[in-house]
Amino acid sequence: MNDTLHSHEAPIEHPGYGTFIGVWLLLLLLTGCLVGLSHVSQTYAVWGLMTLTPLKAGLVFYYFMHLKYEGPVFKIVILVTLGTLLIFFALLFSDVAFR
Amino acid sequence: MSGHVHRDDLGSRLGMWLFLVTEMVLFGGLFIGYSYMRYRYPAEFHHGGMELNATLGVINTLVLLTSSLTVVLSIVAVQRAEKQRAMALLSTTLGLGLTFLVIKGFEWSAKFHHGLYPNSAHLATLPPGEQVFFGLYFTMTGLHGVHVIAGLSVLSVMLWWVATDRIRQDRYIHLENSGLYWHLVDVIWIFLLPLFYLAA
Repeated sequence: MNDTLHSHEAPIEHPGYGTFIGVWLLLLLLTGCLVGLSHVSQTYAVWGLMTLTPLKAGLVFYYFMHLKYEGPVFKIVILVTLGTLLIFFALLFSDVAFR
Repeated sequence: MSGHVHRDDLGSRLGMWLFLVTEMVLFGGLFIGYSYMRYRYPAEFHHGGMELNATLGVINTLVLLTSSLTVVLSIVAVQRAEKQRAMALLSTTLGLGLTFLVIKGFEWSAKFHHGLYPNSAHLATLPPGEQVFFGLYFTMTGLHGVHVIAGLSVLSVMLWWVATDRIRQDRYIHLENSGLYWHLVDVIWIFLLPLFYLAA
């Protein structure tokens, strides 16, 4: 059987093993920092939660989930989703603040 | 015989991402609910967090992060036509996912043993803030656990498809999309660790 394949994508250069292993090591390091900060004080723990956790999630999104290699449509879809969640978050806490 | 195969990998990945953003909204809503309740009951959440085993939470984080790595490496292996390596990496992911569930099982069993489970008599005697904490804990880690089971089921099929050459160097979009799902499960856990286990 001689199948003809039609794909919309142009061939791209794929990242190798090393890139992902490097990101994984960075994720382990950041997890260690997060745990360390949580042992210092409650304030440090909250700062760790607000900064290191989104950074870790961003690394997974950007590298492991290949967002780095995707077009702008993918990034827009995700940013719109995160923006929507942020709006809901702001609406809830603005309600709480003026209650 | 000549067949015509139309394939749109980009559209397939975009479709998967659209599904994943609905999952992000699902868990995002729970995270927003958590934020408000923690703001309202800071002391009770602090005390509730002390009841959880942070060591097990951190070990499970390392397990899931590593399983995310092995999935993404299995895609690289398929791209390079390294079938045996891809199968070994996917098998490792399945093993790590099962390890996560076993650890989670031990953790939940310990809580049940101490009378901490939804609607338990002991839970009803705790302050309202702690009831909310454990309600959110069981809901969010339970929902996450269901996603881990779903992810493992899908990845098991991917392993079978790699073994039978349905997934190969020139056709691996199913593995990519399954990997995306598994990574999202990992991202959700990345947030659950500091919210519950490091809350104390």
